[in-house]
Amino acid sequence: MSCLVILELENGAPTRPSLATITASRKLSEDVDVLIVDGDSKSAVEKSTNAKNIYYLNENSENLIAEQMVELLRELSNKFDYILAPSGTFSKNFMPRLAAVLDKQMISDVTKIHDENTFDRPIYAGNAVATVQSKEKIKLITIRGTAFDPYQGQNGNSKFICLEKPKEMKKNKFISKEETKNERPDLSSARIIISGGRGIGSTENFKIIEGLADKLGAAVGASRAAVDAGYISNDYQVGQTGKVVAPELYIAIGISGAIQHLAGMKDSKVIVAINKDEEAPIFQVADYGLVGDLFTTIPEITKLI
Amino acid sequence: MKALVAVKRVIDYNVKVRVRPDGTGVEKDNVKMSINPFDEIAIEEAVRLKEKGIIDEIFVVSIGNNSVKETIRSALAIGGDSGIHVISELDLEPLGVAKILSYICKENKIDIALLGKQAIDDDFNQTGQMLAALLDWPQATFASNITLKEDKVLVTREVDGGLETLEATIPVVITTDLRLNEPRYASLPNIMKAKKKDIKEIIADDLNVDYKPRLETIKVSSPEERGGNVVMLSSAEELVKNLKEKEGLI
Repeated sequence: MSCLVILELENGAPTRPSLATITASRKLSEDVDVLIVDGDSKSAVEKSTNAKNIYYLNENSENLIAEQMVELLRELSNKFDYILAPSGTFSKNFMPRLAAVLDKQMISDVTKIHDENTFDRPIYAGNAVATVQSKEKIKLITIRGTAFDPYQGQNGNSKFICLEKPKEMKKNKFISKEETKNERPDLSSARIIISGGRGIGSTENFKIIEGLADKLGAAVGASRAAVDAGYISNDYQVGQTGKVVAPELYIAIGISGAIQHLAGMKDSKVIVAINKDEEAPIFQVADYGLVGDLFTTIPEITKLI
Repeated sequence: MKALVAVKRVIDYNVKVRVRPDGTGVEKDNVKMSINPFDEIAIEEAVRLKEKGIIDEIFVVSIGNNSVKETIRSALAIGGDSGIHVISELDLEPLGVAKILSYICKENKIDIALLGKQAIDDDFNQTGQMLAALLDWPQATFASNITLKEDKVLVTREVDGGLETLEATIPVVITTDLRLNEPRYASLPNIMKAKKKDIKEIIADDLNVDYKPRLETIKVSSPEERGGNVVMLSSAEELVKNLKEKEGLI
């Protein structure tokens, strides 16, 4: 079996979901090849992945669009039984396009590998798990980064193979990228998330949540009810129609626990619920519960940390 | 300019999804079904572009049994002009859907295909990208802003860690993200009007397209349950103590 993993890098090293994808790939194939778009990171990637071959581009390129990624991978793909990438907006953009070009049905967000053809993937925002079997000759798979441990590489001995950077596309081009000017971590990769619900009561009151988040180095989230009430913009929304998250610690404050919200956070390792209503459904999924007025409790917690 | 909006009938997002005890899928009998929320954003955007005079005609497409007509009607009530119902009893996968939509785009000389970025039932997030590949059109996924100018479209995309802007040339496939707009509620007169709009029927098998599913679902199971073991604490001190000492998280 042969496997190619398309890695995402951050500060010159593979991201945690990328290393989780390496772990997943080794369940499918002894030898793993990787592809990176930044040649300067070759040796860091060699050490952390123990890849057999490392494909890199002759010219560093951060902002390749989906069409260019497909050009890069179209021919190369035929050498492999599996093409894997960590699940994220980068891979979700180009992998299905590549799959269609190769006439293959891709498998998104795999959380478990049963055998070489059989995989688990969450459906209904994680409210159910589908076990699917694929007979495709090339299997294109994205891996849910939180479902596998990051691979621990030892000194690798990789062969480096240089690929030519794909040309600009005539019909689609990258214009700009605006990184979120957020001193807090991103919701999808944060270790700790502090979320507020309708119980917060106003935009002004969300500062209480932000104060605690800053003290913990946490990301800020919100329930759909808080977003619909206009307290916070919907890029903070955690839930079935917002972001699906799985941090190590999720603190839900003033959130009743609507199904739509639970679907987006119930895979968190430890859940803390703080709510003045002891009957709130959020307590049914929580590990720790505190019934009380958030306007006194949260400042107290912030002070204690 | 002609737009195509694809809509999927899914279990309403407010319904607690239950896995069937025999593991064959999830319970759909007597469960409220709605238009996929991301597709509702797609139809809203198409209608706004029509109100600005940029789009002239909006086709609403859905694939499935007779019940999807209701989903098409709800999109027509928001402002679609006519419907296309592709009749199939199979539970299709993104590649099969993309093949059918690609046929319909060509047949109707579509300039902009607007799709929700993902369906909240199977959560694949693939169909738009696959459609773009099959048509060899540019793609702009996860759109949070769309600006059309002659044959160019500027699309702001929601990507991990920020926003990215692309400039694509029409014809194009765009998939919609949450922040793009807030869909309107269909007014009663518009719901009545939608009942009179034309829905063309096409039989999937007549299209000469290989849309059969490729994956076999062995079983559908409930995720590992959590909860029922909540430790109720009485003070902020106790909570901080537990998180620090017992869990080692803060």
